Amino acid sequence: MPVLWIILCALAIGAVGYVAGRARAMASAGGDARTLHSLPSYYGFHVLLAAVVPSLIVLIAWLLIQPMVIENRVSSMIPETAIADGSSLGLVMADVRRVAEGLDLAVAQGGMSADEARNVQAGVSDLRGRLGEIGIALGSDVQPEILRAAQVYRLMTAKSRLAMTIAVLLLAGAGLAYGVARSKADFRARNVVERVIKALLILASTIAILTTVGIVMSMLLETRNFFSQHSALDYFFGTTWSPNFRGGSELGILPLLWGTLYISLIALLVAVPIGLFAAIYMSEYAGRKMRAFAKPAIEVLAGIPTIVYGLFALMTVGPALRDYFAQPMGFGESSASVATAGLVMGIMLIPFVSSLSDDIINAVPQAMRDGSLGLGATKSETIKQVVVPAALPGIVGAILLAASRAIGETMIVVLGAGAAARMSLNPFEAMTTVTVKIVSQLTGDTDFASPETLVAFALGLTLFVITLGLNVLALYIVRKYREQYE
Amino acid sequence: MSDLSAQTGDRDNPHGGSLLTPSKLTRRRNAAEARFRAYGLIAVCAGLLALALLLTSILGNGLSAFQQTFITLDVELVEAKLDKTGNRDLEDLKKVSTFGYAPLLKAAIQKAIAENGIAIDGLTDKDATALVSKDAPAQMRDFVLADPQVIGRTVPFTFLANGRIDGYFKDRVSMDSAELDSNVSPQQLMLADALREAGVVEIRFNWGFITRPDASENRPEAAGLGVAILGSLYMMIVVLLLALPIGVAASIYLEEFAPRNRWTDLIEVNISNLAAVPSIVFGILGLAIFINFAGLPQSAPIVGGLVLSLMTLPRIIIPARAALGAVPPSIRDAALGVGASKMQSVFHHVLPLATPGILTGLIIGLGQALGETAPLLLIGMVAFVREYPDAPPEGFFDPASALPVQVYNWTQRADPAFVERASGAIIVLLIFLVFMNAVAILLRRRFERRW
Repeated sequence: MPVLWIILCALAIGAVGYVAGRARAMASAGGDARTLHSLPSYYGFHVLLAAVVPSLIVLIAWLLIQPMVIENRVSSMIPETAIADGSSLGLVMADVRRVAEGLDLAVAQGGMSADEARNVQAGVSDLRGRLGEIGIALGSDVQPEILRAAQVYRLMTAKSRLAMTIAVLLLAGAGLAYGVARSKADFRARNVVERVIKALLILASTIAILTTVGIVMSMLLETRNFFSQHSALDYFFGTTWSPNFRGGSELGILPLLWGTLYISLIALLVAVPIGLFAAIYMSEYAGRKMRAFAKPAIEVLAGIPTIVYGLFALMTVGPALRDYFAQPMGFGESSASVATAGLVMGIMLIPFVSSLSDDIINAVPQAMRDGSLGLGATKSETIKQVVVPAALPGIVGAILLAASRAIGETMIVVLGAGAAARMSLNPFEAMTTVTVKIVSQLTGDTDFASPETLVAFALGLTLFVITLGLNVLALYIVRKYREQYE
Repeated sequence: MSDLSAQTGDRDNPHGGSLLTPSKLTRRRNAAEARFRAYGLIAVCAGLLALALLLTSILGNGLSAFQQTFITLDVELVEAKLDKTGNRDLEDLKKVSTFGYAPLLKAAIQKAIAENGIAIDGLTDKDATALVSKDAPAQMRDFVLADPQVIGRTVPFTFLANGRIDGYFKDRVSMDSAELDSNVSPQQLMLADALREAGVVEIRFNWGFITRPDASENRPEAAGLGVAILGSLYMMIVVLLLALPIGVAASIYLEEFAPRNRWTDLIEVNISNLAAVPSIVFGILGLAIFINFAGLPQSAPIVGGLVLSLMTLPRIIIPARAALGAVPPSIRDAALGVGASKMQSVFHHVLPLATPGILTGLIIGLGQALGETAPLLLIGMVAFVREYPDAPPEGFFDPASALPVQVYNWTQRADPAFVERASGAIIVLLIFLVFMNAVAILLRRRFERRW
């Protein structure tokens, strides 16, 4: 893997620079480190950073930009006529890349000489058969235009690779020379090194912002594409969800939202009473031993991956609900149902509600409890009439956070809720959610030009906005409450 | 207190009476107290019960996946069938497909039946051969190609039994259900019983479940977790290499250097929001940016690792900042006082003291990343992968699976034997998680300082 080798070379140059810089600084100080401005190792690190940092930045930038430039140049070579009906430039370019890859592989395996790969003619030799032999399957015979484009593509890639290697290594060498030249006794190496390190620290902390920007941008762009092909009115207010890859699909979000909210509601109906009462019991009644055992045990529920809950819903809860409730009472025959997913998700949310509420209840000052007990209230009256009202904003915040979890949860609903989009009140019927549909529209063979695939990005953005709103609201409430007693 | 004041008009016992005999009101209040307490206890018990149910359900369904039925047969590797030319030329041997090996298997099982004197009415030769997994001819072929000199000899092979036969010994298939099942007949089950008594069929621990790659829909007995475990391991390496340095660097900056301004506030709000973004959204990000835009290959551990790194970052930064913040200012002041620069005081004193806390947060973050499924579904990790990925770094770009995704994959298949294997895979996943969390707790107990 050549890129890895380039990185290793740059690092090796940096290591040489470390030794050279340190030695030169020591020599200029006459071998006495006390006359140096900084500790000797800082001179070494200064050269190392000068050699490695700029060259690696160039390497990364090159790797990002090179494919775009080449793609652009090559795609301008392909004439309109080479693009068949029902195909697109993107698909033709994918073919070009595959042929180029095949040629590379053929050369690497010795099935073709480098010259032959450069000059082979489409009509003359059976290229498709030969590439098929080495495991590159092509959908159709190679057209001469595509072959030409692939050959140019290969040539430009190889040239660019070579230029990149030279540029990166030259830059590393130049950095080395520059750094060594500066390594004199009165050079303030530590200040420079510390400034560079601080810049790297700042860079690391902006990754969080870049991630958010990446999330929003990627979904926003594709969502715009989606709305240019599909009416926003149908998406936001349509009551039918029936994607059809031959076109004319109805993509209304309402049934998905209904399923999501219904399941989340059931989950909260399970999680909030259990979690809240468990938190109250744990912080107000439980003895030391009980607390030491039960609190971590309940928190284990938060550490279990959601796929485990999903499997639990699929194997145990779903069939049990169907056999003991739905079928005898005539509510339905399906083991995947809103009740199944809601119940299991409720179990998952218990620790979220309980540990957050526990913290908040513990933050209520003891003086308030003592005052209430001193007036003659029983413990439960104190809790109901003093502690809980005082902790209420925090508890509401905890519930909102749990709700946002429930809305964004995927694996439990994929395995437990079913895939049928419908709006019904019967909790024993299978319904589906926003997350399930994101998964089903984006897995398997996807065509990123059709609204049926792009709708997943719109769904994702909707989900993102809803959960973000809930989170911000919850954090706001929790924070505001915390300040009251601090 | 409104209900209390409403009770003052209680005519039952206005003033007199003994303090030692509780009044009606007191009794009622005490009962309410006991009820309230009982609700709390019930809630705690419900939580514990749910945990117990979850674990028993998974363990009960999955433990049997580690056991497997094996059939040991003496197979005569007939020269006339495998190597007509007789010159042991590898190229010629490769021309014999797995179909060429099927007759040998048939002969071997007939021999075993005859030797043990088993006679079952209505059992066809084909049914008898089907006792053995469809994987068996490939196993023989690999063995012969590895060492052509064995041709002509009689070699004892240990084959996997067919998934239905395995299911029979694990009570998943019964005589009654076999009547209705087109894939297995009661005669086969009788034969399996007889062979088990004769010692040809045995049930023992199945290492293959952990080491072998996934297998196709109709041979659940051969499916294993090898590729998934490797894929998960590769992703964890990527997460470790990316999220640890970036996360620690970001938390050092935010905790030690950052001035209080809008930019820092923005970063902090971003981090706390990213920690609560649904994981599937990160999958969409990975698909749009890493695969569609940057052109990285689908179902590669590198993409999974990148997505999981972005997801884990806030979950590492938050505890790391807490650990850095817990180091008392006196340490920093002392370092600065003897002439260290700010950078030196952080890297030489604060960071080493905060390391246990940072590592605990890291391990817990890694554990969450290991169990994450939804984002991996979107970046193509659901694909059926039979080849092991190469050693890193090339292997990061090879297709692979991941443990939780393998579980999902197996739940989507029709054969009930895969449900058992999905639960088994969950057990493997949970063992990894328990181990990681135990290390985290140990680190915290052993090294955490209270200042």
